Amino acid sequence: MRIESEQAFQRFVAQARKRSSARSREVLVCCGTGCLANGSAKVAEALAAELAKRGSDVPVATFTKRTGCHGFCERGPLVVLQPQGVLYTRVKPRDAAEIVEKSVIGGEVISRLVYKDPASGQRIPGYAEVPFYQRQTRVAMRNIGRIDPADIEDAVAHGAYAGLAKALFTMTPEQVIEEIEVAGLRGRGGAGFPTARKWRSCRAAAGDRKFVVCNGDEGDPGAFKDRSIMEGDPHSVIEGMVIGAYAVGAHEGFIYVRDEYPLAVVHLTLALEQARARGLLGANILGTGFDFDIRISRGGGAFVCGESSALMRSREGKVGEPRAKYVHATERGLFDLPTVLNNVETWADVGAILARGGAWFASMGTAKSKGTKAFSLVGKVKNTGLIELPMGTTLREIIYGIGGGVLGDRPFKAVQTGGPSGGCVPESLLDLPVDYEKLTEAGSMMGSGGMIVMDDRTCMVEVARYFLQFLTEESCGKCIPCREGLHQMLAIFEDLVAGRGKSGDIEKIERLARGMQLGSLCELGKSAPNPVLSTLRYFRSEYEAHIERRACPAGICRELTAYEIVETACNGCHACFKVCPVGAITGKIKELHVIHHDTCISCGACFDVCPTQAIRTFPKKELAERGVA
Amino acid sequence: MSLGKEMGTQAGEKGGRMLSLSVDGKSVQVREGAFVLEAARAAGVEIPTLCHHPALEPYGGCRLCLVDVTRPEWGGWCKLVIACQFPAEEGLLVHTATERVVETRRVVLDLLLARCPETPLVQELARRHGIEQTSYVANPEPTDCILCALCTRVCDHLGISAIATVNRGIGREVAPPWGEAPPDCIGCLACAEICPTSCIPYETSEGSRTIWGKTFEMLRCTRCGRAHVTVAEADFFAGRGGVPRSYFELCDACKRKEMAATFVKLSRGAAGFSVGA
Repeated sequence: MRIESEQAFQRFVAQARKRSSARSREVLVCCGTGCLANGSAKVAEALAAELAKRGSDVPVATFTKRTGCHGFCERGPLVVLQPQGVLYTRVKPRDAAEIVEKSVIGGEVISRLVYKDPASGQRIPGYAEVPFYQRQTRVAMRNIGRIDPADIEDAVAHGAYAGLAKALFTMTPEQVIEEIEVAGLRGRGGAGFPTARKWRSCRAAAGDRKFVVCNGDEGDPGAFKDRSIMEGDPHSVIEGMVIGAYAVGAHEGFIYVRDEYPLAVVHLTLALEQARARGLLGANILGTGFDFDIRISRGGGAFVCGESSALMRSREGKVGEPRAKYVHATERGLFDLPTVLNNVETWADVGAILARGGAWFASMGTAKSKGTKAFSLVGKVKNTGLIELPMGTTLREIIYGIGGGVLGDRPFKAVQTGGPSGGCVPESLLDLPVDYEKLTEAGSMMGSGGMIVMDDRTCMVEVARYFLQFLTEESCGKCIPCREGLHQMLAIFEDLVAGRGKSGDIEKIERLARGMQLGSLCELGKSAPNPVLSTLRYFRSEYEAHIERRACPAGICRELTAYEIVETACNGCHACFKVCPVGAITGKIKELHVIHHDTCISCGACFDVCPTQAIRTFPKKELAERGVA
Repeated sequence: MSLGKEMGTQAGEKGGRMLSLSVDGKSVQVREGAFVLEAARAAGVEIPTLCHHPALEPYGGCRLCLVDVTRPEWGGWCKLVIACQFPAEEGLLVHTATERVVETRRVVLDLLLARCPETPLVQELARRHGIEQTSYVANPEPTDCILCALCTRVCDHLGISAIATVNRGIGREVAPPWGEAPPDCIGCLACAEICPTSCIPYETSEGSRTIWGKTFEMLRCTRCGRAHVTVAEADFFAGRGGVPRSYFELCDACKRKEMAATFVKLSRGAAGFSVGA
């Protein structure tokens, strides 16, 4: 049943919508990776079984739908009842009977399962009214959570491929590129290169054989926006790529996706098959005579393959290593042929821009950064999850408005943006509007859209060391500044956190960082010093404390930190005793507990569990002054 | 890229148009398709390199050939690039010794010296840039391998691909597959001979040669009897076509002698010519 004309496409949309509205009653179960890990597959099964069992009692036919990630991973598994728009959080399989009985049949809201706003203490049943969702604007993630990613008709009923139809039936390739230019779309992989300029350059490149590539090799720790898009709405990616291929004149496309994203591979494969079967992909797309097909290429797990030139080498079957980009990929890319490579999120934006117009997209955002941006919000924040909002939203709005603030209401210390090569932005910059330029000015970057919130129990020197270690393991080793520079930089940081820092280390770090920034081959090495330089810029005193006073002000670095119990605050609850992994704490229930320094390994487990904040850290060197070994 | 493309001062594609650019104030002409490094060398400006070889595609690993490039219309803005891979452009102004170029090169050499503290080539290059001792932690297991990948690239270029760089980051090294005797190696020694620090060990003895843990039978020169090439190498190149197997019957020295003798014979036969006494 291939669609071969504009009329046929309209008929297909009408039919899909009709089927969708016939299923007006739906129980949506989030089957994104986060919720699946929390057991949502069992919840979906239980709900489907319960609905089947109570079939004759259910007044209107109700369907269970497994959707992609709703983003509110912190509260998963999530269940949404449509058309009421009621959101249930942390649903267990055993809740299925009650949900069907009370809500589906009885039309009641089960208060127990409704989200309780920690700020006001109120129960908020409406999905759209929950602050986490209320403040978001979804473009790239427009259909995630609303559609069944394994069902193309459901996607089409929600607007998928409308942008493609408009482009193919009513626009020339040049007009498509102009629309993207009007939108002001810039690369969502982090570098922010203007998409229209990239496409135009590839369109102008000589040759008949060109490629369109989707970079789905999202490897930053804590980032999962591309994963959720590929898993939750693979059609948005495919639609964008077909439009891009039409614009640049390409007939072959690849989606390079990490092998660590098995669900994304499954959903993309299914979506490609379904799109091909409908004539939305393959030969003679929608009867317009335009041919384009996409293949999936699975990555082997190297972080550096997220770098575009390394990704292309990997796709060619060679070792995934970057090369100089003095000749752009749009002229000589994959197999040395003109190639447009864009991030998953960029491709997902394209269809919406074509369908709703570039001006609509450009009406959101800041002067130079238009539209919306997806972020993975993680770390010490109450509402961990996936969000999308207009560019220019402040960090404060993201962390406190949507994120609900710091976990345990501890003081905010910094937010790390842009993945391991990004930087740490301190509290004084919380009102920073987030866009490409502002983050770069602050010494960080947009990067993958990862945001890691850190509280006061975070040592910034240790944070820098952690990211250095990650990058040291992931550097491909091709060029000297990155390979040897990261190795030496990590050695300096290992000394710092162990109290072996020397005066002059800071200057040494700064000099090496500059050499790596200027000398490295690819962005991995060039940006590797960012976590170091941004923490030095905003938290220099912590570095100085580690070197000059052999002290970790945050009380984290084990070699420099000792723990003790404040007598007046301990209520003898015994929690620390139970959690101590080395038996360094003694004390009977309801009596004062004591930490024995000779066995304590400074892991901080007691600190984290103490309900009365009776545990205090102090510099380990004071132990000597107290005469303790 | 064809062999010898970058050789000589008239670098670049044959027949391409000539480009004029300036390197440290000296104007120089190169053919379109040449790289900045060749322009600099044509202008007599020295730029250090470790991973560059005129017969191989530029690699960009050592980062020593960093230069600043600019154009008059850029209003003073400079771009830091590596000379071996940046294509020469008409009117380009190249500066090979700006402060940031010199400083970055020093950091790179300092790091390399930490990796190879006992390697004469590295020591000498570092010394010429004012570094006597590394300021970083010297490698406790000194190596002479600078990971320039000339060996693996020449092996690839010959169409053999018996060795490759393996592992990531600081663990990177040159090795045959699985660290075992490489099945594709023909014992041609191209890797060992191109190595700028001579750190690929091999042994040629009476009748056999051993490299990368693989021992090869040698072919003897039918005239002088010297073991001059491995049987595997002769088979490889003869099997690929273009070179007859008989080409390997004589060693290079005997081939030269034979050729000289042929010239002498020919010249004696030609009127008005005489060669030597």
